Amino acid sequence: MKPAPFAYHRPTTLDEAVAMLAEVAPLEGRVIAGGQSLIPMMALRLAYPTHLVDINGIGELDRVAVEGGELVVGALARHVRFETPVEPGPTGRLLARVAHNIAHFPIRSRGTMCGSLANADPASEWCLAAVTLDARLVARSRSGTREIAARDYFLGIMMTTLEPEEILVEVRLPLLPADARAGFYEFSRRAGDFALASCLCAYTLEGGLIARAWLGVGGAEAHPRRIADAEAALVGQPAGEAAFRAAAEIAAAGIDPLEDANTNAAYRRDLVRTVVRRALEAASRDAGV
Amino acid sequence: MSDRIDITLTINGERHDIRVEPRKTLADAIRDDCGWTGTHLGCEHGVCGACTVIVDGATVRSCLMFAVQADGASIRTVEGLAQGETLHPLQEAFIANHALQCGFCTPGFLMLAAGAIERNPRMSDAELIEVLSSNLCRCTGYENIVKAVRSAMNQMQA
Repeated sequence: MKPAPFAYHRPTTLDEAVAMLAEVAPLEGRVIAGGQSLIPMMALRLAYPTHLVDINGIGELDRVAVEGGELVVGALARHVRFETPVEPGPTGRLLARVAHNIAHFPIRSRGTMCGSLANADPASEWCLAAVTLDARLVARSRSGTREIAARDYFLGIMMTTLEPEEILVEVRLPLLPADARAGFYEFSRRAGDFALASCLCAYTLEGGLIARAWLGVGGAEAHPRRIADAEAALVGQPAGEAAFRAAAEIAAAGIDPLEDANTNAAYRRDLVRTVVRRALEAASRDAGV
Repeated sequence: MSDRIDITLTINGERHDIRVEPRKTLADAIRDDCGWTGTHLGCEHGVCGACTVIVDGATVRSCLMFAVQADGASIRTVEGLAQGETLHPLQEAFIANHALQCGFCTPGFLMLAAGAIERNPRMSDAELIEVLSSNLCRCTGYENIVKAVRSAMNQMQA
């Protein structure tokens, strides 16, 4: 239960950090931010990086700001920061509800949103939010900066298009329209445990009918994904039980379910049906509209 | 490759200049290098919360930080709660409400509750239960821990 030995580096600027990472990435070196997933994996000897580049000393990464209709979240913004809305619209309210479902209070005091995105656990709430809200991820390496659309970012269970020598420096989440209603629901067996299925959704209304819809499912497949067919089933319908049930059926039928010893495909589909319906119901009750 | 590094930790106001391997967790450094053995280690991978301490105002699991990451930090552990012979209201409330049996988890629960109350002195029952769900206790069934923290919180507001 003790991590294997590694060399420790603590850069104070991003330039210094990417230069160090370029050197140590080919030697199985890794970045550490909050460390709330990486350190347990090291303790269990599932991960044994030879070098850690600790980005906690890089002040410029500790930021959350609204810029040009996007919420910009730097690599050192910790989960706890989102427990109270970081902006006054539906996105701030939604992220606050989501944040309370991430692990536990002491983990949220240390873990970061960008760290969750880099780790890419299938059950990660922030990965679900990023892909459903069409986030752009900004990766920096010694050779420059590139943006990755969330829809192109996830490859599989804990696998992404982030290169070993890249640092995920920020994520840019487009703000939902001010009149959007948003909801989130997840099911897990114990408080704070990994979700067996989760849904994050939002919609706008025009003339009593759903005009735009965002709906993503997490925890059920190798990575969270927007479900376009379920969104299409909502658009043009009144926001109510019939449309919500139709979207839930489509999502449940459309997933490629993860299976394990306790969770077979049929159970996972049942859970998806339920979490989608409950997330949509939560959106219909979204206060502040 | 894993040369030891000189760091300074200030624990409950006392300065410790120590030299540690990067892989040493903050929990191990607090106990083994600095001698504050009130902080307990249960699972060593962030599940049980027995090692909860407060680092520069943030309530964290000390098994999920490396000691080198806490260089220069001010750390509070369970030994820092009492003022001399006077126990902290949380400690008094744990005794009065029979909120511990074997006591192994108690340092973690006390620091978890202390950190949460500092952040929000007026937690609702639901918020309190959410916070206390962070840590594991195998003896009490939690009810008496909830009662104790609620009672201490009320007293600290009075």
